[in-house]
Amino acid sequence: MCNTCGCNLTAGNRHLLFTPPKTEAVTAVSVLGSLLQHNNEQAGRNRAHFDAHGVLVINLMSSPGAGKTALLEATIQRLKANINIAVIEGDLETENDADRIRAQGVPAYQITTGTACHLDAHLIAGVLPQLDLSAIDLLFIENVGNLVCPASFDLGHHRNVTLLSVTEGDDKPAKYPVMFRAADLMLITKTDLLPHLDDFSVAKAAQCQRALASQVPVLPLSSRTGDGLDAWLDWLAQEVVAHKLRVQRQQTIKPRMQEDGLKWHQQTPKIRFRPVARG
Amino acid sequence: MHELSLCQDLLEQVTAIAQTHKADTVVRIIVWIGPLSGVEPLLLKSAFDLIRAGGVADQAELVLQNQAVKVVCSDCGMASEATANNLLCRHCGSGHTRLIGGDELILARVELAGVA
Ligand SMILES: Nc1nc2c(ncn2[C@@H]2O[C@H](COP(=O)(O)OP(=O)(O)OP(=O)(O)O)[C@@H](O)[C@H]2O)c(=O)[nH]1
Ligand SMILES: [Mg+2]
Ligand SMILES: [Zn+2]
Repeated sequence: MCNTCGCNLTAGNRHLLFTPPKTEAVTAVSVLGSLLQHNNEQAGRNRAHFDAHGVLVINLMSSPGAGKTALLEATIQRLKANINIAVIEGDLETENDADRIRAQGVPAYQITTGTACHLDAHLIAGVLPQLDLSAIDLLFIENVGNLVCPASFDLGHHRNVTLLSVTEGDDKPAKYPVMFRAADLMLITKTDLLPHLDDFSVAKAAQCQRALASQVPVLPLSSRTGDGLDAWLDWLAQEVVAHKLRVQRQQTIKPRMQEDGLKWHQQTPKIRFRPVARG
Repeated sequence: MHELSLCQDLLEQVTAIAQTHKADTVVRIIVWIGPLSGVEPLLLKSAFDLIRAGGVADQAELVLQNQAVKVVCSDCGMASEATANNLLCRHCGSGHTRLIGGDELILARVELAGVA
């Protein structure tokens, strides 16, 4: 979809793409290394900034319309008395989602990405100056609705939460393994619709997730009725506390995708040169 | 997904290699790619066609070599070949596996012509 549209070019990272080629000695490099390396470096700075204030940052990812904003609305209603929350909204266009969050009485910052179908660390860095992190315990980043690209970009957050709504089919983890492998928690949303669907099995969806060698919790819930919300809210509350303790010990945590990123860098790519005669 | 920027990056690295070796043409670029890299080989190819025009890799052939998905099991210790959406151990069925292959996106070889 985005190979020709330049979806990856955002206001935040554009400057990285058109720098003149480096002329230093050849080093062993993985292809993904360079662009994501810039992203990952910025993500690291973002994370250090969040950690300095003890803020837990959670990245919500799903296909468009799986219920990310509805989940945030329900979550804020239940938690805002006890936990200070803020939200960064990523969408291609409109302030609609940020407006929905502000209506719940918590600060929301909208990033409109234009053509870019994911957020990246530079875009997040761009809104950081507007955030009063000392007034926040928990920051949600609602990524652009997309089951492909967001999985590859570390934003400087701590946890990935991937939503799968029951109208999308229970085999999504098998179809989008890169996204679902990145999940630190998987939520099955809109379960109030299950009676109307004869072919979505929560057990099958969980089984597809397990087949990715993922042991993460799979929690079914409905933001509409509130069913299952308690388990999600408990998970969140535990994560907030765990993060405060981590930060006190000068430690932090990276989302699951980042482990893979590190692996790429640990690999020793082989570059060999075979000069061939001019034809 | 972000194939365009990956290609930009690839081309940048290949151009740098060509310059270092004072080559005037890149003949072939070989990239290892795994199904769990998050990158679609066909999209990468078409993005490459779009981007290489006019540069040192104008005539280069991009060869994508698909890599196998492999896991190693923390329970039985065995390695097995897996698939992108089934990363369970093929020996004991355990889900406690680690990916040891299949998420590569590696510039493996560059073939240059006209090296000074
Ligand atoms: N029945 C039902 N509908 C829901 C539920 N959660 C969300 N919806 C509906 O699903 C639609 C999309 O919900 P959103 O919360 O906007 O989804 P989103 O993931 O934020 O969408 P994007 O930001 O555009 O990707 C809306 O019409 C919601 O009312 C739910 O638990 N049950
Ligand atoms: Mg939304
Ligand atoms: Zn095993």
